[in-house]
Amino acid sequence: MSETIRKRNQDTKMVPVPSTSIIPERDIDKMPVLECKHLGIDFGGLTAVEDFNLIIGKTEIAGLIGPNGAGKTTVFNLLTKVYEPTRGSVMINGIDMHGMDTVDASRHGIARTFQNIRLFSNMTVEDNVRIGLHNQVRYGMLTGILRLPGYWKKEREQHEKAMELLSLFGMQDMGDMQAGSLPYGAQRRLEIVRALATNPSLLLLDEPAAGMNPHETQELMDNIIKIRDQFQIAVMLIEHDMNLVMGICEGICVLNYGKIIAKGTAEEIQRNPVVIEAYLGKQNQAEAAEAGKEAPKA
Amino acid sequence: MNAKRKKLIYNSVTFGLVILTYVLCSVFYKDMSRALRGQLIPICCWIVMAVSLNLVVGISGELSLGHAGFMSIGAFTGIILSGWMQKGFLIEDETLRLVLAIVGGGLLAGIFGFLIGIPVLRLRGDYLAIVTLAFGEIIRNVLNCVYISVEEGGGLHFGFIQPNLPGTLLLNGPNGAVSVAKISTFLCGFILVMLALIVVLNLMNSRTGRAIMATRDNRIAAESVGINVTKYKMTAFVTAAALAGMAGALFGLNYSTLIPGKFKFDQSINVLVFVVMGGIGNTLGSVISATVLTILPEMLRDFADYRMLLYAVLLILMMLLTNTPVTRAFFGNIRGMLTRRGPQEHVEANRGTGKGGGAK
Amino acid sequence: MIFLSNLVNGLSLGSIYAIIALGYTMVYGIAKMLNFAHGDVIMVGAYIAFCALQYWGMPPILALLAAMGLCTVLGITIEGLAYRPLRQATSLAVLITAIGMSYLLQNLAQLIWGANPKSFPPVMIQLPTLSLFGDRLKISGVTIVTILANIVIMILLTAFISRTKMGKAMRCVSEDRGAAELMGINVNRTISFTFAVGSALAAVAGILLCSAYPILMPTTGSMPGIKAFTAAVFGGIGSIPGAMIGGILLGVIEILGKAYISTELGDAIVFAVLIIVLLFRPTGLLGKPIREKV
Repeated sequence: MSETIRKRNQDTKMVPVPSTSIIPERDIDKMPVLECKHLGIDFGGLTAVEDFNLIIGKTEIAGLIGPNGAGKTTVFNLLTKVYEPTRGSVMINGIDMHGMDTVDASRHGIARTFQNIRLFSNMTVEDNVRIGLHNQVRYGMLTGILRLPGYWKKEREQHEKAMELLSLFGMQDMGDMQAGSLPYGAQRRLEIVRALATNPSLLLLDEPAAGMNPHETQELMDNIIKIRDQFQIAVMLIEHDMNLVMGICEGICVLNYGKIIAKGTAEEIQRNPVVIEAYLGKQNQAEAAEAGKEAPKA
Repeated sequence: MNAKRKKLIYNSVTFGLVILTYVLCSVFYKDMSRALRGQLIPICCWIVMAVSLNLVVGISGELSLGHAGFMSIGAFTGIILSGWMQKGFLIEDETLRLVLAIVGGGLLAGIFGFLIGIPVLRLRGDYLAIVTLAFGEIIRNVLNCVYISVEEGGGLHFGFIQPNLPGTLLLNGPNGAVSVAKISTFLCGFILVMLALIVVLNLMNSRTGRAIMATRDNRIAAESVGINVTKYKMTAFVTAAALAGMAGALFGLNYSTLIPGKFKFDQSINVLVFVVMGGIGNTLGSVISATVLTILPEMLRDFADYRMLLYAVLLILMMLLTNTPVTRAFFGNIRGMLTRRGPQEHVEANRGTGKGGGAK
Repeated sequence: MIFLSNLVNGLSLGSIYAIIALGYTMVYGIAKMLNFAHGDVIMVGAYIAFCALQYWGMPPILALLAAMGLCTVLGITIEGLAYRPLRQATSLAVLITAIGMSYLLQNLAQLIWGANPKSFPPVMIQLPTLSLFGDRLKISGVTIVTILANIVIMILLTAFISRTKMGKAMRCVSEDRGAAELMGINVNRTISFTFAVGSALAAVAGILLCSAYPILMPTTGSMPGIKAFTAAVFGGIGSIPGAMIGGILLGVIEILGKAYISTELGDAIVFAVLIIVLLFRPTGLLGKPIREKV
């Protein structure tokens, strides 16, 4: 199944848009979900991210790759306002994110998962998803304490929505389990479900396949495509597994030392000598070129 | 057994136990010793204190060492309101005075909870703990300097550090409140306990409560799904402060004299001990431990010299028994056998709870 | 001139706070726990010195050494019996154990020495009062010794931490306990040692405190303990110079606040200053900022 998926995404025709980014052709008439201009941040004297420019299409699956310490997660933290950027601007669905905090970022449609899983591990799987629904199904504190009719109605609505989201990953039977006791792969999936519950327009996945076996990774690839198709949202992912990145990402952005060194489709990135150098170093470049096309399979 | 049924059973047991105890106490009221009878209302107060502190420490995950401060605000507000109504407006209806005093005490403590929460909730961990302790001490220190008197007709007079006021003194600085009308009743204590339980237990199973627990379990993840961490920590803090204020009003109106020195930081720590001994985050546990640990020192009166010593030893032993890896594994195995789950799995689960349930 | 005299008194009280705060801050830095019982070790130290002077007829120096020695043993015992088994437990469990230990020490003291206040003999420091500016500024011998003791302790401790092998081990354990253990540092011994040093300092502080304010009760250590703990937080808990600065500032603020603002509100002023400082520097004056990694 994933073979066909790979093929389908390789067929996407990428077209250039103003600035240097590319987005899928199908998104060309729609407002891009994300637009970063000259984004940068310094920690003390250290520049962690510099001049980061990127546009992500409405339903694009984008990849953000680069060697360890390149600043990938920092970019996610900038987009979710964990850090305030030193320079540049971010637009989410055409709205300037200047002055927003993490909570605002979530309300404007950015959801994320974390590299080191951050679940509410003492709570049940269902409650984790319900917390994700916090701003979707709302009722007041007094309604909850006094158990007014609105409480029962909204609780049922939350339950149904949570189950529906869990069933995306076939987790509907795990609702009562403690989130922390789930196996690793299921925890990663639950984090994605929780992020989806916030009704995002851009889903940021930080190393979603880390620690997964090849079989689980294949499943994850299918699921990411499924999520994109079903919810019509954009996904941006950080990943070291090049099979996954090259398999499902339409536009790929390569980061090294906080700067974008290449942008393009999977094929372009695989052929790009600068990327190969960043991954393998100069000496190995010649050997790598000989070894074939699968160079950045770090 | 699914999680929902578990919660339902837990809540039923909690409420059932409290109601049963109340009924038993009412039926056998005449057979109780004087000492025990005198303990009934304070026990209700300490239960409410423990349940409300549990909301802050166990459910929102912030270590507060100044809970007695809110209790004292409630206590003195309650005493002043009751005295004002009685001496100023000649209201003799004790129930009305008591209810208004409790509501007023809760309200003012809640307002102070909010004002104190603004700076406190910006801090983390041990720094937050020390600042709550500091606020508790400031409240006591300031109350030591406050003088309030009432004149017939309802005129109140306030004095700060200067004690010369006209009319009847309601609050006399470091000497506190004297000749307070003792109007607290056990029934009212029981209702207050039920109220605290309803608020806390229903809150925990609602959207607001889940948001509070989310901020405890993982602050960053909670923010990432759009939960305003400060708002929900504040909700828990203010709710707890208001409940503590109500308990304080009931407590204050149970004695004929009360000094601000009664609410020193060791009182806050005592309540924290109730919470920890009952199991952090466990409301039923808070109720039981507040009851047992209030009665225990009284029952040990025969060993007058040794009772606090024994209390201290018990406290340390309890902590050692429930928190070292060896004993934890032991209890985990027993519980595992009881619930027919794998023992190993249970140990793991326990460890998880231990980590997340803490104040860190 | 009255101001100067208040300032000197503040420095003296602050020095006592600083010495106690060192115990809190060292233990916090290395064992990552709030040792609530520290204030009560001060009280035990003072009682031991009291007995040594009053009943056993020891000279002051021997009484000091006896108090330091016994408190060291006490500190190591407390750590070994109550805190060591809880290395893996939550910080709250450790805190409650420490509170239990504090109750235990207070009640033991009450059993042994009774609840009635004892008046601490003034023989400890028999230095003459220093008169300056033609008798307008008087500095008592106790004050001078307290301030000097604080300076000496500070210098010795800093040298110890930065120059000796044990000091280096302490810094390592404080930085990363797991890594220190992998490097072959005996973590338990290092923590024990920290408690020993802290408790010995507590004994010194107890004697200085009771020489300045000669009323000795089982609860004598509790309020100075809390204040010193506040001082440690004020200066940035875990930092040794922070404890020193925090302690001295707190003492000065307390005395000046009592003198110029209100005697009744002295404690409230101290705690209010702590809150204000923490609002602007959430980890104290010299504390390292915490940044959670996402």
